[in-house]
Amino acid sequence: MTATASPKPDVIVIGGGLHGCSAALHLSMRGVRVLVLEKDHVARHASGVNAGGVRQLGRHVAEVPLSVASMALWHGIRDLVDDDCGFESHGQIKVAETEAELETVRARVAVLNALGFTHEEVIGQDELRSLVPAIADHCVGALVSRGDGAAIPFRTTFAFRRKAIALGARFQEGGAVTRLARNGGLWTVETADGAKYEAPVVVNAAGAWADRIAAQVGEPVPLEVIAPMLMITARVAPFIKPVVGATGRTLSFKQFPNGTVLIGGGLLGRAVRDENRTELDFSQVSVNARTVWDLFPCMRGATIVRSWAGIEARMPDQIPVIGPSGTEPDLYHSFGFSAHGFQLGPIVGRITADLITAGSTDLPIDPFRIGRFAA
Amino acid sequence: MSAQGSKFDFDIAVVGSGPAGLAAAALAASKGASVVLLDEQAEPGGQIYRAVTETPVRDRKVLGPDYWHGAELLGPLRDSGATHWPGTTVWSVARPREDAADGSRPIQIGLSRNGAASMLTVRHVILATGALERPFPIPGWTLPGVLGAGAAQVLLKTSGLVPSGATVMAGSGPLLWLLAWQYLQAGARIDAILDTTPRENWRAALPLLPGFLRSPYLGKGMKLMLDVRRKLTVIGNVTSLRAESGLAGGKGGEGVLKSVVYTRNGTEHRLPADTLLLHHGVIPNLNLANATGCAQRWDEQQRCWRPTTDEWGATSVEGVSLAGDGAGIGGARAAEEAGRLTALDALYRLGRIGREQRDQSAAPFRAALDRALTGRAFLDTLYTPAEAFRVPADDTIVCRCEEVTAGAVREAVRLGCSGPNQAKSFLRCGMGPCQGRLCGPTVTEVIAAERNVSPAEVGYYRLRPPVKPITLAELAALPKTDADIDAVFKH
Ligand SMILES: Cc1cc2nc3c(=O)[nH]c(=O)nc-3n(C[C@H](O)[C@H](O)[C@H](O)COP(=O)(O)OP(=O)(O)OC[C@H]3O[C@@H](n4cnc5c(N)ncnc54)[C@H](O)[C@@H]3O)c2cc1C
Ligand SMILES: Cc1cc2nc3c(=O)[nH]c(=O)nc-3n(C[C@H](O)[C@H](O)[C@H](O)COP(=O)(O)OP(=O)(O)OC[C@H]3O[C@@H](n4cnc5c(N)ncnc54)[C@H](O)[C@@H]3O)c2cc1C
Repeated sequence: MTATASPKPDVIVIGGGLHGCSAALHLSMRGVRVLVLEKDHVARHASGVNAGGVRQLGRHVAEVPLSVASMALWHGIRDLVDDDCGFESHGQIKVAETEAELETVRARVAVLNALGFTHEEVIGQDELRSLVPAIADHCVGALVSRGDGAAIPFRTTFAFRRKAIALGARFQEGGAVTRLARNGGLWTVETADGAKYEAPVVVNAAGAWADRIAAQVGEPVPLEVIAPMLMITARVAPFIKPVVGATGRTLSFKQFPNGTVLIGGGLLGRAVRDENRTELDFSQVSVNARTVWDLFPCMRGATIVRSWAGIEARMPDQIPVIGPSGTEPDLYHSFGFSAHGFQLGPIVGRITADLITAGSTDLPIDPFRIGRFAA
Repeated sequence: MSAQGSKFDFDIAVVGSGPAGLAAAALAASKGASVVLLDEQAEPGGQIYRAVTETPVRDRKVLGPDYWHGAELLGPLRDSGATHWPGTTVWSVARPREDAADGSRPIQIGLSRNGAASMLTVRHVILATGALERPFPIPGWTLPGVLGAGAAQVLLKTSGLVPSGATVMAGSGPLLWLLAWQYLQAGARIDAILDTTPRENWRAALPLLPGFLRSPYLGKGMKLMLDVRRKLTVIGNVTSLRAESGLAGGKGGEGVLKSVVYTRNGTEHRLPADTLLLHHGVIPNLNLANATGCAQRWDEQQRCWRPTTDEWGATSVEGVSLAGDGAGIGGARAAEEAGRLTALDALYRLGRIGREQRDQSAAPFRAALDRALTGRAFLDTLYTPAEAFRVPADDTIVCRCEEVTAGAVREAVRLGCSGPNQAKSFLRCGMGPCQGRLCGPTVTEVIAAERNVSPAEVGYYRLRPPVKPITLAELAALPKTDADIDAVFKH
């Protein structure tokens, strides 16, 4: 079977996560014909099940310019995708439990300020108390990024997909790309069900499976498949607005408007990517619960009703791969977001569209080039 | 974590102490395996024999002879040497890791007992988690005063409680008749039974009648039904139901149940009611099996999902088997025999008995199982609930935890949600404390009907542990190794 019914796409995007959908949207906005190939269904993996944290706070300095640009898109997300994506901005806070931790965050702010970024600020105990009245007494201060927030991941990814479709993109779900070959300036992309698609340009946004696509073009990458875990509580009376993390330990803590509290932060279960399956590690979940016990005494009686994990790609340096392939022309990568790629979704799609339609982008993406792993 | 023979290490864990679990644990332990029997209830017995050791209902004729058979399963359990932990909720079963360094393949069970969580290590798990009442979503089913007939029966068995005030029972299936009969024996007031069994079902069921004529249930069932019909008002061919908090003309909404509105032969009628007991059959309680990763399939005849098992109850996950109604509805006697068969297979897999011994010992149990299942197809077909009660109208709530209506699910389908997992991500339905027990089957059927495909194609929720809520305090206090804590601080 061949996809003859509709006109040949200009670009094939492999992967229907937020990054694939965002690339599809930005390309469609520029009149490029896009076909997205997704092996399961859109937002089935990391992009649909993550914590929804929209965070500039605490990012690797290489990511900061992208994150800041993405934040601007988040604050106008309705204009971009015709849906507010459940985005709310009540700030994100990283709590310091000791003076030493507070020193660490002060040093970080100094570094950012020197680079010209002012979105992160150090606050003392009093302001921390007023922003987060429920925080444990021992916390001495915090790092805060007031423009940060959270959104609803599945809804967000779906909204990107919907808008892209409205602008002419096509989505083919339920068939994994198994082969990729370039001949005479045209890519041939084959899926598991035997279908073949052709386009001059391909985007690899295959998340935790992206190394396999890269390997097809002789470009191996040290991608680690991880399974960050989350858990959610039964409803408790609303008591907190910002998303809270910690400086010295792993935490992400957020209450939804309906009262349920989402607890995570990146503790890992186990991923079996060939089976689309994850397994939880309850000794790690327990460590996470212990952190909440320490930082939010009011949560000790809460009940946990569900936990889960998503399959995500992590790179050794914890920052993604973004940009052109090092071995083949007309192939662009966008993967390896290392458990914090949701916030970057809106901007990285734009960057990929820039690269494809204009040959360059105004954001600094050199740190993310795939060639950095070559010995 | 702990050495074999310790308090937290057994050959076999049996989850559920209904007929399936009781029989499985007793047989496995009697052959020398170390067995632990876990059940969240304070007493053994499961659903059918609920509270059989302690029930205040002393008059044996109220609950009937089938109920008292349960007591006979307790002696063998006691004599077998199995460890019995009642009051223990199992919230997770982790399949064996295929990458364990030493080649051992233990299964970890997360449980909660006396307010403390802990992990148990076993080599085989028999899930005997039984059945649940099929959700019965009608307008107003969330009103106080409306409850499942099974839940009402639990109150009768455990506390001798019967409803007070005007009471209406509605639905179909053997359990509805059984409860009505038990209430009659107990002298409770039942104003009417609204029978929703679709008339057309008879046509489909009739060819299966010969099988049912040989069923052990036939005689008992007929007598019970005749008794009930003689003494109570039974209204048949009911095609729609609504629970309302107002009396005639009143609007639904706040408050408690005041009346039941039903349609019969195209005409609407109203009955005053303080209690409405709903029931239209039971379906496998597959939450634990699903969360463990056991494959499941759609059973068109029973119109429910059931875990895939072989003739020994083995699931798709190594070391995990299923017995009883949790593997597909067969009733109490079938559950008991299936329990024995899974126990024999577990003993074989653990190397305690040979294949030949397993097969020989199994023969009488298998014959008894076949007898117990005779006539099932007739009952399943006759009592398949009408579409109107499985696929409710737009304004009916399907997910009670998150208050999601059937209309919202249909809207999500129109936006591109193709199955329950997307609906869950989209609407949060099934994300509440019940983990889909009260909405899963309905959401599957609503999506299937809206997309005009089979439920098998739209699938079911992927469930995750904890399958039962546990407190943050309990989780936080789970034993941790230093390595766990290091791994976290290094991250
Ligand atoms: C539990 C958890 C919590 C997180 N919390 C946050 C957070 O709070 N904030 C934040 O910013 N980030 C967070 N993240 C990270 C974020 O979710 C990811 O970085 C981001 O979603 C990655 O998007 P993606 O499109 O690259 O990957 P994915 O969403 O995984 O999409 C990749 C898609 O490609 C498809 N695919 C793969 N191979 C093929 C193939 N051969 N053919 C066709 N399709 C293919 C896959 O099926 C998949 O759908 C979290 C992640 C997890 C797992
Ligand atoms: C509400 C209800 C009432 C019923 N009443 C009758 C009746 O009166 N007569 C009749 O013939 N049939 C009745 N049935 C049908 C019943 O399913 C079978 O007859 C029979 O009880 C099935 O036996 P079983 O051993 O498979 O499971 P069950 O008897 O249902 O036993 C399952 C046991 O597993 C335990 N369990 C489940 N999950 C967990 C967990 N995660 N952790 C710990 N423990 C767990 C439960 O507490 C329960 O005790 C009833 C069904 C229901 C749902």
